[in-house]
Amino acid sequence: MSTTLGSRKVWLYWAAGMAWFYLLLWPLMGIGADGAVSFADSLAVWGYVAAASAALLALRQLHARGAFAAVTSPLARGLAGAKTGMDKVPPAVWWSLALCIAAALPFGSGRYVQDVAINVLIYICLGLGLNVVIGLCGLLDLGYIAFYGVGAYTYALLSIHYAMPFWMALPVAAALAAVAGCIIGYPTLRMRGDYLAIVTLGFGEIVRLILNNWMALTNGPNGILGIRPPTAWWPSFEGTFGFELIQMKKLTALYFVILGLTVLTTIAVHRLNFSRIGRAWEAIREDETAAELMGVNTFRLKLLAYATGAVFGGLAGAFFAARMRFVSPESFTFIESAMVLAMVVLGGMGSIPGVMLGALALVALPEVFRQFELYRMLAFGGAMTVMMLFRPKGLWPAKRFGARSEEMD
Amino acid sequence: MTGTATPILELRDVVTCYGRIQALKGVSLSVMPGEIVTIIGANGAGKSTTLMTICGITPPQSGAVFYQGQRISGLSPDLLPSRGLCQVPEGRRIFPRLTVRENLEMGAFFRRDKDGVQRDLEHVFSLFPVLRERRRQRGGTLSGGEQQMLAIGRALMGRPRMLLLDEPSLGLAPLIVRHIFSIIERINKQEGVTILLVEQNANLALQLASRAYVMETGRVTMEDDARALLANEAIKKAYLGE
Amino acid sequence: MEFFIQQVINGLTLGGLYALIALGYTMVYGIIQLINFAHGEFFAAGGYMGVILLSFLAAHGYMETHPWFCLFGALLLTMGYCAMLAMAVEKVAYKPLRYASRLSVLLSALGMSIFLQNGLMLTQGVYDKAYPTEFTHGGLDFGLITFSYMQILIVAVTIALLLGLNALVFRTRIGTAMRATAQDKVMSSLVGINSNRIISTTFAIGAALAAAAGIMIGLYYGSVRYDMGFVPGIKAFAAAVLGGIGNITGAMVGGLIIGMVEIFAAGYLSSEYKDVWAFIILIAVLYFMPTGIMGENVDDTRV
Repeated sequence: MSTTLGSRKVWLYWAAGMAWFYLLLWPLMGIGADGAVSFADSLAVWGYVAAASAALLALRQLHARGAFAAVTSPLARGLAGAKTGMDKVPPAVWWSLALCIAAALPFGSGRYVQDVAINVLIYICLGLGLNVVIGLCGLLDLGYIAFYGVGAYTYALLSIHYAMPFWMALPVAAALAAVAGCIIGYPTLRMRGDYLAIVTLGFGEIVRLILNNWMALTNGPNGILGIRPPTAWWPSFEGTFGFELIQMKKLTALYFVILGLTVLTTIAVHRLNFSRIGRAWEAIREDETAAELMGVNTFRLKLLAYATGAVFGGLAGAFFAARMRFVSPESFTFIESAMVLAMVVLGGMGSIPGVMLGALALVALPEVFRQFELYRMLAFGGAMTVMMLFRPKGLWPAKRFGARSEEMD
Repeated sequence: MTGTATPILELRDVVTCYGRIQALKGVSLSVMPGEIVTIIGANGAGKSTTLMTICGITPPQSGAVFYQGQRISGLSPDLLPSRGLCQVPEGRRIFPRLTVRENLEMGAFFRRDKDGVQRDLEHVFSLFPVLRERRRQRGGTLSGGEQQMLAIGRALMGRPRMLLLDEPSLGLAPLIVRHIFSIIERINKQEGVTILLVEQNANLALQLASRAYVMETGRVTMEDDARALLANEAIKKAYLGE
Repeated sequence: MEFFIQQVINGLTLGGLYALIALGYTMVYGIIQLINFAHGEFFAAGGYMGVILLSFLAAHGYMETHPWFCLFGALLLTMGYCAMLAMAVEKVAYKPLRYASRLSVLLSALGMSIFLQNGLMLTQGVYDKAYPTEFTHGGLDFGLITFSYMQILIVAVTIALLLGLNALVFRTRIGTAMRATAQDKVMSSLVGINSNRIISTTFAIGAALAAAAGIMIGLYYGSVRYDMGFVPGIKAFAAAVLGGIGNITGAMVGGLIIGMVEIFAAGYLSSEYKDVWAFIILIAVLYFMPTGIMGENVDDTRV
């Protein structure tokens, strides 16, 4: 075995690792609260993990020795050919195609599909917003969901207290989220790297705690009920021709609202990415000191990135409130921040199609594997680490991302 | 050259890269047991990289390093001191927040013979009496000359058979440099430690060494007896400032 | 006045526990400049191992016959378990990324944190798990102030662990090697220190301390939950930053301050916002004196 499937040392390491893993696993699964000791459960889980890892390791070893060259090299050539072919088609065509598919989706699909699609689009908006902060500017923000919360609560409160229509509240929500972004960003953005991460995490928690405890304003953990859905003028042919104000309660209508927001966000992020500001952000991401020396006002630009990200979060939040017609602090926990972050990382930091792919993967895949719902977050966490180990640039890497650091290795 | 057949240290066609940049473009050199050999050359010639490559910090891309007849390139750097190969790196690299004594003890980290370590500590203190006075002080608070003594002392704590010294004269006053060089000579003569010395101060190095290599942009361009190089016109012009 | 003294005692207890967790952050940061997001999970795993072992011992009746023996046995086993866990996490998720960008390592750590938290949830359930606390009742009564036996135990164990750690780091060969590695990894490998082994040891020690804090928090509050690592983790990180990250004495002092502030804020101001203070201290410290109160240097290369 060991001689055919690669070096003996690798398998020894594997065996030691598996033994270590079992020692860690057994106490958690094998000792019951009543003091009963069992081995069956832990052995079963261990067996799956051991078998899967052994298989992967064997494949990897064989692959390293070129055992699959007969399959992989034509495949790689084919893929490369397809890629050059696809590159010849201008991206606008692909985008239009994607938009057409997205626009056609609600017709002929059930409520369930529409519901999932709306979720995907909300997360795409969030992911694109976070992508501005982390992907373009390189600031690790772990409290991003706070802006989503600010947007959601802004619309919720305006709606139930002042009956403000959705479309009017939308810019207000965006503006307040931007203000929140500046308030959080101002003291924190002078810090670098990992300090920033933990401070934004702290701010995210503070926002959640305020939502949870300011009973008079937010009704605390009970949340706010009775938020109005978006409205629209709709042509009416009853009697004389005219427009009537309808409430968009149907999922199809809501779907088009969020699709519109997504398109808006995508265009905005794309334009920002290739603007002067976007280049400055990139410079900050690659080497902040150098950027500063070249005359980039790093603090102001980082604040701008932070506020821009917050705006998109706020927009998505306002829509979320209008779509659920209910908000509570439960929806704005750290786990949500981590989810959005996972999408950006999985898809590819700084890459718009990557973020979309990430959101699609992380929202739609769990729906497909419904019976494994419990393992969802476990898989997220594991996937995040595995991605960093094997494909740190994401599934669909941004073209310009880290070109310099790529050269270095 | 000394009479022994096998060199204690040998580099065969070593290529080392930082990223895409080749710092060493095929360096070959050898050092016989008991010798003092020096590598001279300008800034950026690859002298320090040579030493770091020998110690495995920047492993070679191709070529090999042999120490006492065994291939050591590819080994983890922390395995070498226990084989008697110690380095005093460029810039001395004292542990700034450890005391002088702790710095010296770290030099003997791999050794288990407590009595021997204690004896060597006394020995280092006798070589550099100033370190004894400062033994409770943090390494970072010492003057440059004291730090250089500490760095050499730390390497001696590992009872090396071969010592790699990188620019021991860097930034020091001439008087202290002379003192340190006399100690280096003593380590070589009295304790039989083979020494590979990298120096920019070519004059001093050539007076101390028996043989020398001249490096330029990642290559060894000349190899000769130290005395012959001292007399060499080209060397005089390029490195001795005459 | 009695209330005040009682609060001081409570603050000391809690602060000591934060200090134990903070040490893990600060030691790991000191040696590889990584905020180990999974550290809070080591703490939570400690809490769970404690409840598992103590329930096991209680179910077999050993708790009634040899309560102290059981307690310390469980403490040691838990610390060992979490040390093993931390070494595994380090090997799998951090070591391969030692020369990767900081963002990658940080995200990998975050992934591990989520993974471990959910691993605990899947194996142990989403609900609180109660500690067997029969033997922890009672305490010393000084009129209006009570010093419960549990608090005495916690404070005593905490002090013992802190002293032990200090001795380990500042008096032993391994401790000196840890400090040397933190200061200059290249040089430490040139003198023959295997930095991977030292880093692994550092993780193990930090996790063992966090595990001890976990089991004691479980005993103190009477129960544990799978997500218990998150908030104390951040508070302990705030403590580490307050004391100057990388500084061991600083982490101990910082932990005590954070614990005190939290208890006093809860007692005199508002208990709803007691979790906010740690964050505010964290942000204020980073903004006004990023080197912390003990002043270990923090420059660009370390942040």
